[in-house]
Amino acid sequence: MSRARRGSAAMRPPIRLFRNLSSKLAAIPMVLVGLGVFVGGTAWTIVHSFTDSRLLPRLRWVGLDQYERLWSTRRWLVSIENLAVYGVVSLVLTMCLGFFLAALLDRKIRYEDTFRTIFLYPFALSFIVTGLVWQWILNPDFGIQSIARGLGFSTFNFDPLYNPDLVIIGLLIAGLWQGTGLIMVIMLAGLRGIDEDIWKATRVDGIPVWKTYIIVIIPMMKPVFVTALVLVTSGIVKLYDLVVAMTSGGPGIASEVPAKYVYDTLFTRQNLGQGFAASTMMLVTVAIILIPWAYMQFREKRQ
Amino acid sequence: MTAAEMNMKLAVTPRGAKPRSPFAPRNIMLYGTLIVFSIYYLLPLYVMIVTSLKDMAEIRVGNVFSPPVDITFQPWVKAWAEACTGINCDGLSRGFWNSVRILIPSLIISVSVAALTGYVLACWRFKGSEVFFGILLLGAFIPYQVLLYPLVIILRELGLFGSLWGLVLVHTIFAMPINVLLFRNYFVAIPEELFKAARVDGAGFWGIFFRIVIPMSLPIFVVSGIIQVTGIWNDFLFGVVYTRPENYPMTVQLNNIVNSVQGVKEYNVNMAATLLTGLVPLTVYFFSGKLFIRGIAAGAVKG
Amino acid sequence: MTQSISIKDLTLNFGAVSVLEDLNLDVAQGEFLVLLGSSGCGKSTLLNCIAGLLDITDGEIHIQGHNVTWEEPSKRGIGMVFQSYALYPQMTVEGNLAFGLKNARVPKDEIAKRIARAAEVLQIEPLLKRKPGALSGGQRQRVAIGRALVRDVDVFLFDEPLSNLDAKLRADLRVEIKRLHQTLKNTMIYVTHDQVEAMTLADRIAIMKGGQIMQLAPPSEIYNRPVNKYVAGFIGSPAMNFMDGQLDGGAQHFDTGRGLDFSVQGYEFAAAPTSGPVWLGLRPEHVQSGKWAEGQPVQMEALVDMVEPMGSDTQVWAKVNGQDLRFRMDGQEAVAIGDRIPIGFDPARLSLFDKSTETRL
Ligand SMILES: Nc1ncnc2c1ncn2[C@@H]1O[C@H](COP(=O)(O)OP(=O)(O)OP(=O)(O)O)[C@@H](O)[C@H]1O
Ligand SMILES: [Mg+2]
Repeated sequence: MSRARRGSAAMRPPIRLFRNLSSKLAAIPMVLVGLGVFVGGTAWTIVHSFTDSRLLPRLRWVGLDQYERLWSTRRWLVSIENLAVYGVVSLVLTMCLGFFLAALLDRKIRYEDTFRTIFLYPFALSFIVTGLVWQWILNPDFGIQSIARGLGFSTFNFDPLYNPDLVIIGLLIAGLWQGTGLIMVIMLAGLRGIDEDIWKATRVDGIPVWKTYIIVIIPMMKPVFVTALVLVTSGIVKLYDLVVAMTSGGPGIASEVPAKYVYDTLFTRQNLGQGFAASTMMLVTVAIILIPWAYMQFREKRQ
Repeated sequence: MTAAEMNMKLAVTPRGAKPRSPFAPRNIMLYGTLIVFSIYYLLPLYVMIVTSLKDMAEIRVGNVFSPPVDITFQPWVKAWAEACTGINCDGLSRGFWNSVRILIPSLIISVSVAALTGYVLACWRFKGSEVFFGILLLGAFIPYQVLLYPLVIILRELGLFGSLWGLVLVHTIFAMPINVLLFRNYFVAIPEELFKAARVDGAGFWGIFFRIVIPMSLPIFVVSGIIQVTGIWNDFLFGVVYTRPENYPMTVQLNNIVNSVQGVKEYNVNMAATLLTGLVPLTVYFFSGKLFIRGIAAGAVKG
Repeated sequence: MTQSISIKDLTLNFGAVSVLEDLNLDVAQGEFLVLLGSSGCGKSTLLNCIAGLLDITDGEIHIQGHNVTWEEPSKRGIGMVFQSYALYPQMTVEGNLAFGLKNARVPKDEIAKRIARAAEVLQIEPLLKRKPGALSGGQRQRVAIGRALVRDVDVFLFDEPLSNLDAKLRADLRVEIKRLHQTLKNTMIYVTHDQVEAMTLADRIAIMKGGQIMQLAPPSEIYNRPVNKYVAGFIGSPAMNFMDGQLDGGAQHFDTGRGLDFSVQGYEFAAAPTSGPVWLGLRPEHVQSGKWAEGQPVQMEALVDMVEPMGSDTQVWAKVNGQDLRFRMDGQEAVAIGDRIPIGFDPARLSLFDKSTETRL
């Protein structure tokens, strides 16, 4: 039966487009999402950031007006400053803490699985849950401040959620609690990837453990650090849910962040052009972080 | 570093110097440090549990850490069935069921689409398929804020804005980069000769997918499923933007209950509600163990 | 006799790289053809083209008289056996054998019948309910052969089926494949880079290099009359000795110019001999030594450099008037480094190649 068909159909090469038709059909979602949503959506947003769209998007060009207004809005400046402070501190602390915990777990300890489970479980929780728990623990009337005062430190003041100068610390405590576990796991994987002979060699040479970490292990783990760095940074840029749950940007505008600025501008203040300009700035930030990283990855692959 | 490598490395036994006697000063310091950190990580869970079991009178006289004297489950009942958001007073149960109704189709669709796309990219490459894959991966790094409004427009055009199905679509779109990467990397490792053998045996695109590839790949489906369950359940931003209040997922409703300005704050109910919301991802986390780690290690690439 | 497989002007490019170029090949009905060549020469690629697993760039492929150039692999009437066995890990042996037949909608009882027959031929009946993971390498490869067998096809394609097995199993299965071919009498194309497999199994061998077939001939002809220096050096172990020098066409005399010269009278020239620079090839096993050297048309004396006793015979590295020469001696003869021994050979068994084109004279 199949042989009868052979003669005619098999002589001509099939039309290129229709070869492996099923696989091409199955790739349609990828093409639609990649081109239609990611590329198209990004281009659309960037284009509309140069317009005066308010309630509805429209193409009336105003050049860089939106950006000028953005950079002279106090709320945006505060958002950027918060993000910068939160970003730098949380980056440094997450990396240090993550590496430190990973190094501890790598010391052939007992109950490693238990400790790892404990350090990582917050990562399974949403930022909303994280934010609400810490909001409660940091509550000045019932939380840490009241406990310290109850213990006799009657002048002890620690109410980060109500103090504009400290509010970032509140966010950091919660953010670190949620996110360090992930970095720890990545660092631990990196440590496990290091050849055991290195440890033997440094023991033979009589180099102390802490020194081995600093002069041998950390330089060897550079790629892991870079991955962790990219991860933490792009997570920081997205910081939104935590702020909404913990402080709603308050007190005042003390804990505003860019992602929240974009959301509020787009959906509550209905100033679309302004929101698009702000989100384009976020994209630029990510690009600034990402491009050197992508370049490095690319160069490594080449070698 | 790929997820698979990372997972392999985690599976390796720990390294470093041999442990000495359990009570050597080194060990006391090591375990002491680990325990102190464990307390920091476990504290919020403890606080949530004890607070949710106290009544308001007890909360007002104590602090967040004091254990409950009279255990009461009333806050749990109230959080589940009676707490108010806006005009509705039927508790978090509404959000829970909304989340379930969002989760199940999103999970099925996003995992299926990602698996199929990964299969195309691994086994049925065509001219340009790698380019589309590259674009898709870049999409993982675009801040969501950039795409929020374009997606509003797309959903509106499709008539899905505000509905559960709109949100399902959004989850599917944003799940694609990381999950496609995951599946593609897994499928690429299947020996090429197996596909050749199957083609000689007369299996086509779908035959190979369903009869050969899927039965070989259950672990990766579980990993992808875990990423999706926690991701979709914990989502807040998309829930707020793309659904109407009656369809709000649990995280959004939780935030509305806890951070609502009207009425007296019922901290015990809030904590019960918070814990209820965290229960699903926590269950997934505690039961999936190593696979969860594999999932987030893979998710690491996503950032 | 009709051709079983006929390949016309086959070209295959991977992007800008041309892996096969204008390749022509005819395989007779029931022939056992071995594709032999070093790694990367395009053997697997050619086999995959025949199977339809690669889309060719240009040319035509006919199997059993049908043009199958653009036909699906499963409809070409071929069965294929792979180096890594490629068994479906989640199916039992029986499931593996049945998979192709189910796809072709062969009736159930027919499937059972064919599996039973293949299992009997390959002696894998006790394994039918097991999964591939629970089989040894040799058993897996039997199953893989069985998978081709049940398809009841005219053409079998083997891609280095034995190279993942250890030496003993390899020898056993080699014999079995040969027996299989003698019983089934279908066409087989067999890729390998093992000379012994090639020489023992093949009706004809195709020696490939850089995507082209250098020589296509029965094993004895490949061995005795290699068409060029590459084939000559590739076949035979230890490899052929090569000396460069001048050939005097008229006198049929060879001279290295470094103190060694002898007559090549008796060599069968393909065309009228001409003078000029040449490569002269002499197989180690064609050099006679000691008392066997007497009576050989060409005789000389060799100074032994190094000796490798192998039991049955002894390999000798020697110098003949400054020219390196490797040859084999009877293992029972005593020989030591520094010995001077008489050697001799028959020019009829030499190979002469043009120095620049490296083709046989
Ligand atoms: N998909 C591909 N893309 C580009 N080049 C390829 C591809 N597959 C094979 N090649 C190249 O084609 C050439 C021939 O490959 P092929 O696999 O046919 O060699 P082979 O003779 O079977 O070698 P081996 O004995 O190692 O199996 C090689 O140089 C290889 O690098
Ligand atoms: Mg090969």
